[in-house]
Amino acid sequence: MPERDEPTGALVRPYAVTRGRTRPKLEIALEALVETTVRGRSGMMRGGQGGSEHQYIAEMCDGGRVQSLAEIAARMQLPLGVARVIVADMASDGLVAVYEPTSLDDETDAVGTELLERVLSGLRRL
Amino acid sequence: MSHRPSAGRVTSAKIVIAGGFGVGKTTLVGSVSEITPLTTEAIMTSAGVGVDDNRQVPGKMTTTVAMDFGRISIDRDLILYLFGTPGQTRFWFMWDELVRGAIGAVVMVDTRRLADCFAAIDFFEHRRLPYLIAINCFDGMQYHNAQDVRDALAISSDVPVVSCDARNRESTKNVLISLVEYVLTMRRTRAVAPA
Repeated sequence: MPERDEPTGALVRPYAVTRGRTRPKLEIALEALVETTVRGRSGMMRGGQGGSEHQYIAEMCDGGRVQSLAEIAARMQLPLGVARVIVADMASDGLVAVYEPTSLDDETDAVGTELLERVLSGLRRL
Repeated sequence: MSHRPSAGRVTSAKIVIAGGFGVGKTTLVGSVSEITPLTTEAIMTSAGVGVDDNRQVPGKMTTTVAMDFGRISIDRDLILYLFGTPGQTRFWFMWDELVRGAIGAVVMVDTRRLADCFAAIDFFEHRRLPYLIAINCFDGMQYHNAQDVRDALAISSDVPVVSCDARNRESTKNVLISLVEYVLTMRRTRAVAPA
């Protein structure tokens, strides 16, 4: 028997968490990184107000352990859309910072090229 | 490297790993990932036209699409994610999200079931996402050479075709390096001579 408080993959509970909302306040990419802010950390210590999901996410992404939206959804066993709504709420309340991926769309953009070069040298060092 | 992002600004990138069911996508992800591959699920709700098992909720059906993914910390401020595409190519809605902002894609091929990768190639070409073909050599056996595969897939001559053993970390690493090198080369070429 799983613990009752453990997030489950079941459908009813996740959408209850978001109060039925399926549209996030903020579009967040699958691979966008989430980090708990100072405010999120102090909220966590006070017991938080956003329920156990907020607590769980704040703990998961605290102390320099940035996690992607996809990791948060997977570790909480929540559908991606539900995790996105919750993280977007937390971001709009200043509890987490969301770092969107660097855009690679503009091929003349040096920032994108530099990112690719970093990925390449990082892979070579692995 | 001229200008690094300011301190504390972390960022991420992703590579899509595609291919038919059972071709070794999750194995490949797992061979280089620093975490045990995780699974994330997306739920699609749609009108259940032509579906007979929807008597409980008339006119609606939900489909759960699962994607496996892994993570590689490139440096302190940059994390690379590898996302395996959902096994069934009919879940295109998820593919849209997967390719958005991706560096490129690895299309894994089992030469005994070549047709399994056609849909992925069509999709990436349509979306102009750079991809390479990685022939997964099961049991160390390569049943066809790269040129045969290239001919059979009718892909452009500049698309790299490499062989790999998805279980092997070095081999997977080389596939990813080949992809990023290819993307960088294309990018530099286009930046010099815009189409």
